[in-house]
Amino acid sequence: MEFHALHDAPFIFPNDAHPPWSIMIVLYPYITGMVAGAFVVSTMYHVFHREALRPVARLAVVTSLCLGACATLPLLLHLHQPLRAFNVVATPSPTSAMAGFGFIYSFYMLVLLVDVWLIFRPAIVERAGTASGAWRGVYRALALGVVEITPRAAEIDRRLVHVLSVIGIPAACLLHGYVGFLFGAIKANPWWSSSLMPVIFLTSAVVSGIAVLTLLYLFLCRRSRMEPEAECVRSLSRLLWMFLLLAVVFEAIDILHVAYEREEEWHVIRALLSTKLRFSYLTLQVVIGSLLPLLLLPLPAFSRRLGAGFRHSIAGVAAVLILVQVAAMRWNVVVGGQLFSKSFRGFVEYPVDWFGREGLLAAAVVLAMPMVLLWGAMQILPVWPPSPESESGAKA
Amino acid sequence: MSLFELPILSTLGPAAAGGCASGGCASGGCGTAPAERTSENSRREFLKTATTLTLGAMSLTLLPGVTAGDDLLPLPPHGGDGHAPAAKPMYGFLIDTTKCIGAGKCLTACRVENGVPDGQSRTWVERYVHYKDGRVEVDLVPETGYAESGEVQPAAEDVLRAYFVPKLCNQCVDAPCNQVCPVHASIKSPEGIELVDTDRCIGCGYCVQACPYGIRFMNHDTGVADKCNWCYHRVMRNEQPACVEACPTGARVFGRVDDPDSEISKRLATVPTNVLKQHLGTLPLTRYVGLTDEVT
Repeated sequence: MEFHALHDAPFIFPNDAHPPWSIMIVLYPYITGMVAGAFVVSTMYHVFHREALRPVARLAVVTSLCLGACATLPLLLHLHQPLRAFNVVATPSPTSAMAGFGFIYSFYMLVLLVDVWLIFRPAIVERAGTASGAWRGVYRALALGVVEITPRAAEIDRRLVHVLSVIGIPAACLLHGYVGFLFGAIKANPWWSSSLMPVIFLTSAVVSGIAVLTLLYLFLCRRSRMEPEAECVRSLSRLLWMFLLLAVVFEAIDILHVAYEREEEWHVIRALLSTKLRFSYLTLQVVIGSLLPLLLLPLPAFSRRLGAGFRHSIAGVAAVLILVQVAAMRWNVVVGGQLFSKSFRGFVEYPVDWFGREGLLAAAVVLAMPMVLLWGAMQILPVWPPSPESESGAKA
Repeated sequence: MSLFELPILSTLGPAAAGGCASGGCASGGCGTAPAERTSENSRREFLKTATTLTLGAMSLTLLPGVTAGDDLLPLPPHGGDGHAPAAKPMYGFLIDTTKCIGAGKCLTACRVENGVPDGQSRTWVERYVHYKDGRVEVDLVPETGYAESGEVQPAAEDVLRAYFVPKLCNQCVDAPCNQVCPVHASIKSPEGIELVDTDRCIGCGYCVQACPYGIRFMNHDTGVADKCNWCYHRVMRNEQPACVEACPTGARVFGRVDDPDSEISKRLATVPTNVLKQHLGTLPLTRYVGLTDEVT
């Protein structure tokens, strides 16, 4: 059967003229992806003891928490009945993949919150004793009234952080793999329906988390006139390169498989990629966002000849490109899947508004919110690791 | 088994009574001072009670019968004699594409009957025109019908054949829209008709994405999911769906498929029929006569 997808006389089903999912649904997997990815970086230090990542380990969990705190915001802005949002956890349908969100998200955030609290407890307790005025009250509240830590308590905390981080890894994978499943399990849509979708989302999530941390680290170091630790940037770049390679391979397998089999859905996807998504997929996601960073990242990741400043600049540029790639990937999946009618005979116009609850302006605010929260968190919590003198044993 | 006989809830008893579930304290086996032991016990009991209550509450939400669905719709008054209701009726919908003339009467009838907003549709009619040069063009039949629409029509000498295909909800037995709804707002009536509980719908749009036939939409006026329900309210009054009643040619046939004497049963028994997108395995109850490969 030949599909006249997108031929001279297009025809779309009448209800397909209004795509139900807006740019907020693009942001949702983008933000949750960074949540999961940033957490994975912190576990690289806390679980796998990758010492080179010590400078960003604390920053990673706080970033993950701040991003996670804003992860539901785009969903609430998208829901047509936001006041009924809690129905998802109050009366969840066991057959719905989406119904799992409330539980998976809550569990992950609980693990993350306790993890962050335990990691920062020594600093909080110390400040509860030394700070003055209102700050003293803030830290005492954060310390939950416990203002001293015995060596035994510190040891228990350390073990708990380890355990929580171990639990957090599958939880983070579940959080984002599940988002991929939401799309991959929709058989009505040939652009989404794929068993690889959870894996693709997961790997790109890790990539985006590492990229945002690389950028944050380089930016914060520059802002506070600190020299970034070369081994840390190198380690981040290596991880970034490795996970980007994985993400690109999975994405390529997914497309190549459909292209080679040439079943009916390929006619739709081919038309989609060669027209509507030509720029956002081929140019942005594949060339600028994937191939270019794959070529650039080996410089900061493996070269020891180039100067540190140059290597760090390249790492920063690659991280920006990767964040563009992941954003483009989310856009291409969410919006791309709504750009053709289920008649498979015509494209749909996708309206993007500037204003309104689901407009570009609101999207910019949603994207900025985690960074504002992070700034606030950094005023309260010391995201940089303790000095080697105070933690001389840590590096040994 | 009552809910409180469930293992997870049965632990509420000793916890609520402040007893030690392990019994270790009673034998003095805890190895702690009495004051500490009391503190430890109360904390342990608190944690146990809190955990039990939380898990219990969460498990309750997973029991659809307890929380949703069952109380939504009264059983339909079938039987008609005011005594024992008839056995659960089974309905079906047959579209005869060879009879449809694209009058558009069904479209207006549906819009008026169900208050469907302009620009959105619970049902529509597609026209397929096969030209002699091999082209196939598809368009939507206007609500006014072609005669009054003022649209330029294809020249008869260029056309090889043409036909109309009405579309409406397929009432899938294994409905993807129902499967994906996170809050039990997509419900199947006892007669197998897929309905939307507008008081429960959160407006996430997942069901709209999951419907392979493009039947569902987010109603611009109500902000919740909307779809064709075969005019369930009319069917419950033993009336025909509005579109069926309005069709001047009998291209839409609705009725009980469990009644061998009904028109639809007789037609289904004698005419080969097909369903849309059969490969998706949704098992539609809406069947078509004269469905061609071009129709998606």
